[in-house]
Amino acid sequence: MSGNSSTFRPASYREASARTLRDTPEVRDSVGSATRTFDALRTKAYAEVDSDRWRDWAQDVKAHALTHLDEYLEQAEQSLVANGAHVHWASSADDVHRLLEAIVVEHEVRTVVKAKSMLSEELEVNAHLDTLGVRSVETDLGEYIIQLLGEPPSHIVGPAIHRSLEDCRALFHEELGTPMDADPDELAAAARAALRGDFLAADLGISGGNFVAADTGTIALIENEGNIRLTTSVPRIHVALVGIEKIVPRFEDLAGFLQLTARAATGQPIGLFVSLIQGPRRADEVDGPEEVHVVFVDNGRTALYEDDTAWEALRCVRCGACLNICPVYRQTGGHAYGWTYSGPIGAIIAPGLLGLDRALPLPHASSLCGACVDVCPVRIPIPELLVHWRERTVEEGRNSVGERLAMRSYAELAERPSAFSTAGEALRWTPWRAVGKALPVLSGWMQEREAPTPSPKSFRDLWREGIE
Amino acid sequence: MNVSLFVTCLGDQFFADACADAVRLLRHVGAEVSFPLAQTCCGQPAYNSGHRDEALRMMKHTVDVFEDADYVVLPSGSCACMMRTLYPELAGSSPEDDPTAAETMRNATRELAARTYELSQFLATVVGVQHLGNGLDGQRVAYHHGCHALRELGVSSEPVALLRGAGARVMEWSADQECCGFGGTFSAKLPEVSAAMADHKLDTLPEVDVVTSADGGCLLQLSGRALRRSSDVPFRHLASLLWQGVTGTAESEGRT
Repeated sequence: MSGNSSTFRPASYREASARTLRDTPEVRDSVGSATRTFDALRTKAYAEVDSDRWRDWAQDVKAHALTHLDEYLEQAEQSLVANGAHVHWASSADDVHRLLEAIVVEHEVRTVVKAKSMLSEELEVNAHLDTLGVRSVETDLGEYIIQLLGEPPSHIVGPAIHRSLEDCRALFHEELGTPMDADPDELAAAARAALRGDFLAADLGISGGNFVAADTGTIALIENEGNIRLTTSVPRIHVALVGIEKIVPRFEDLAGFLQLTARAATGQPIGLFVSLIQGPRRADEVDGPEEVHVVFVDNGRTALYEDDTAWEALRCVRCGACLNICPVYRQTGGHAYGWTYSGPIGAIIAPGLLGLDRALPLPHASSLCGACVDVCPVRIPIPELLVHWRERTVEEGRNSVGERLAMRSYAELAERPSAFSTAGEALRWTPWRAVGKALPVLSGWMQEREAPTPSPKSFRDLWREGIE
Repeated sequence: MNVSLFVTCLGDQFFADACADAVRLLRHVGAEVSFPLAQTCCGQPAYNSGHRDEALRMMKHTVDVFEDADYVVLPSGSCACMMRTLYPELAGSSPEDDPTAAETMRNATRELAARTYELSQFLATVVGVQHLGNGLDGQRVAYHHGCHALRELGVSSEPVALLRGAGARVMEWSADQECCGFGGTFSAKLPEVSAAMADHKLDTLPEVDVVTSADGGCLLQLSGRALRRSSDVPFRHLASLLWQGVTGTAESEGRT
């Protein structure tokens, strides 16, 4: 399956979000309570340290790495090869699929265990492995749940955030035979027991990579469950899929990023497990894979990189903090966005990674409230980038003719004060309640709210009459 | 002190009484208030929806209108943010054929930004008012922080302090700083999600006598949704509530 024939459908955002709100209102409850909890933990974790300074530092390091991306990628390749790893370059999802196919065929792989990786979701790796007759097993508990349900993740960090404990109880009862009143620990234990066999049977482990330190060729992975440690060390082969933007210059940079990312994502001082992988098992080591393949993936990142404004989004560390605080995301969770990356960050990288035509209307799925900027660990100016994509939409003529004409007339009126006030007067006397449903903008408004009542007299008139 | 009032397009048509109350408040604290009749719209609807050229035209018009004003005061955090934060950005990143004219515009927007204030911000920081009157004695008020006032202008304690200073009990509201879902054209383009955002605000609203905000757009969104849900809680613009703080009686009806 190629990237272009994928199941991603951002274009259906409005219908999908409306459907979620109407048909599955419990999703809003689950997402709302989980994101508010995550955000409260982040607030506390930021307050424990000089997070403003940490974020300035992280922004600077990432910006520096990106402005020297070619040099650091080459350095990373050299370091990894020196460590005994294989390095591959993939420009598209198809490239990654072909590469995985070659590995799977050469090593006669039947079962793949997967550590949580949003990039592998973006590349639709599981569906491709399926076509090769290879069984892939998600080993992160949240990913495991949604794989059983046949759903994509709805949050960067908490893929099953839209599901309640009751949903999981029913699912595990059916799939794993746990009692209907099992507590979360029992559910986790059942998943753990089921997964243990898969870890031992798997020939290949696929992970992502949170950061790659160029100087030492170190892939850094953050987790809380230990499944990434197992995925990257038990099977004979480990493939790490890494976006080209994940580069940081130095090994010591990892110290800051690992802590800041954990604080931003879950409010933890650091993930319970941190894996630093530099290559295959060395002669004096007991554990680890025989082969390590690191795949640097572009898949549209260069398009973002070449945009003088939008490139700032490549600083993203995928912590999900902007999703957690986003009042738009909180209403529906991630599925409505119709793509791997949802929420504010998804809306600003989609036009680069998918192309603006396929990404619409995601850049409009924001009230521009700006809450995301306050929490972003690498200070991506998300609202500015949303407006940037909206401007590009207008420049490329991708918005409706009606909207263009309306805005042009509005600007013309605004330059002619007497015409503007006459138009305002006319609007005030329009029987909106009666005709509003037939008008383009007002019908959207009136679908969900009562039409606003204009003041009996405009302020202009009150001023002319004199204000006591 | 000479103040030019920019009532904003929404204020002119939908919150005329609140804008009149803003005039009364400003006069009460000793300001000479003028109302330049050539004012129209700050251009934010165009800017937010990506129509940069149109936004620039409205910006230039507004810069001209308020060129000679000592202070520009708006009964809107959102439009004040457009002028204080976004005008200089808009002028700074828009290359023109004539570099001298571009530089003049950049300077003009920076100067205008420095003279522009949201109403409660002006009262609290420029005039230095702490106590307007006791007219809100015992009233239970919910204050909605408009996003632009809160995050771009950093105005959060000022309106609350003025309300409290007038005797109001500003009630705890877990969602008081969460977006109401208005977002200009967002509310019409994606009405279902926008309404769900308003619902969260309304669902978490404590028992109050009135809900207020410094922004008319937010009030239209919240009151329009409340009405659709058959709620009878009144919504009033901050300017009207503060003037009631001075006089003890409501000059204008609430928006319910």
